[in-house]
This record gives sequence, C-alpha cells and structure tokens, in this order.
Amino acid sequence: MLAELSSHRSLRLALIGTLAGLFSGLFGVGGGSVIVPLLVLWLGYEEHAATATSLAAIVFIAGFAALTQGLYGNVDVVDAILIGIPAVIGVVMGTRLQQRLPARTVALLFAGVLVLSAIELILR
Amino acid sequence: MIGAIAIGLGGGIIAGLLGVGGGVLFVPGLVIFLGLGQHQAEATSLLAIIPVAIVGTFVQDRYGNVRRHDAVLLGLLSVAGAGAGVALANALSGAVLRDAFAALLLIVAAQFVRRAQTLGRGAAITPAAGDSAAGGDR
Repeated sequence: MLAELSSHRSLRLALIGTLAGLFSGLFGVGGGSVIVPLLVLWLGYEEHAATATSLAAIVFIAGFAALTQGLYGNVDVVDAILIGIPAVIGVVMGTRLQQRLPARTVALLFAGVLVLSAIELILR
Repeated sequence: MIGAIAIGLGGGIIAGLLGVGGGVLFVPGLVIFLGLGQHQAEATSLLAIIPVAIVGTFVQDRYGNVRRHDAVLLGLLSVAGAGAGVALANALSGAVLRDAFAALLLIVAAQFVRRAQTLGRGAAITPAAGDSAAGGDR
C-alpha cells in the first residue's frame, strides 16, 4: 500500500512538473502559478511549503526552458544578467518592505501594472 | 543597460512584496522598455528568473520549508514539458504569443483584484494572505 501511495505521488509530481514546464516554456515565467495550487490541491501541501518547494523546482524548470530557448538562439545573456542580479536585490528589499505596506494597495497596484502592460502588448 | 537594471530591481521588489515570480514582469518590461521581441523577452526572462529562484530557495530552505525530494523530482520531471512549451512558443508567431501572454497578464491581474477584495484595507502582506515571502513564485 505504501508503494502504491508513493508511486501515486510520483505520478502526480510528474504531472505537475510537466504542466509547469509547458507553462514556463510557453510564457517565459517560472510556473509557480501552476505548481503552488496543484501541490496544495493534489498533494495536501500547506501554502508555505508549496511556495518554497515550487521555488526550488523553478530553478530546474527555468533552467531547462532557458537552455532550450538558448538552442533556438533567443536568450539575451547580457540582459538576463542585468535583470537577474538586481532582481535578487529587489526581492530582498521587497520581502523586507512586505511588513510595512498595506497588502490590498500593493495587490491592486500590481494588478493595475499588469493590465496596463497587457494593453500595451495588445496594441503593439 | 539602465533600463534592464530598473526592470530587474522593480520586478524583484514586486516579486518580494507579493510572492510572485519575476517573469510576469520581466517579459513585458523587456518587450515594452527594451524593445525585445516576444520570443527573446520570454527566453531572457527564463534565464533572469534562475538567480532569483536560487536565492529564494536558500532563504526558504533555512526556514525548513523546502521539501527537497519533491522539489528535485518535480524539477527533473518538468524537462519534457519545458521542452514542449518552448517548442510550442517558437512554433507560434511573435504576435500570437504576445497576445496570449497579454491574456495571461489579465488573468493574473484578476486573481490579484480578487485577492485584494478579501484583504483588509490596512492588513500587512502576510503569508496567511496566500503567499510567502522571499520571492515565492505565483
């Protein structure tokens, strides 16, 4: 029974990994928006562990996807470094600011930025 | 160069604040401000995400939140999906891919509006609100 349970788990992990990979490869994002809810729903993860485990998986997923995009000649390595390094600093700053800013305002501002970006992309 | 640094810093701050991945901001930033094509922007975003995810993982691992075995399995088993996703992206034209990505942004925006409605006006962003700190990717 334990073996059956474990293979069941592996199958679910494989399915989540495949879906997240598809999503990540297609859109150039990490895939966390697929992984986190599925870990919670299918494997009974609590939110913290799901987000943390998702992050670790994304190192591999984004790595595979970036490598494949590299084969197509689409990766701009210099821009990626210029973005990636300050982004690490930004995440640390953002995490610290988290306690001081009202969540509702930040979430709405973020949604606004996304909508404006979407409009700008569609109009291109 | 300054544009790229600003995109990284800004995207990173929002990622840390809201527990989202940088990708959803890196891609439009690269297209709108640096004039990259949709395919190049997505590919470059993928590489830029890696250092953010590595640092986030280390921070979360110190708190004991990372289930390492599942994470490695999940990551390694994504290889087929990731390859197929990239192949699919490259089979689509830049215009189609850009519109699909714009649709994705609107869906994520709607999720955050819904989340904002459930949050109190003065509430701090806490993991209980749905996400975790240190660059969780949603």
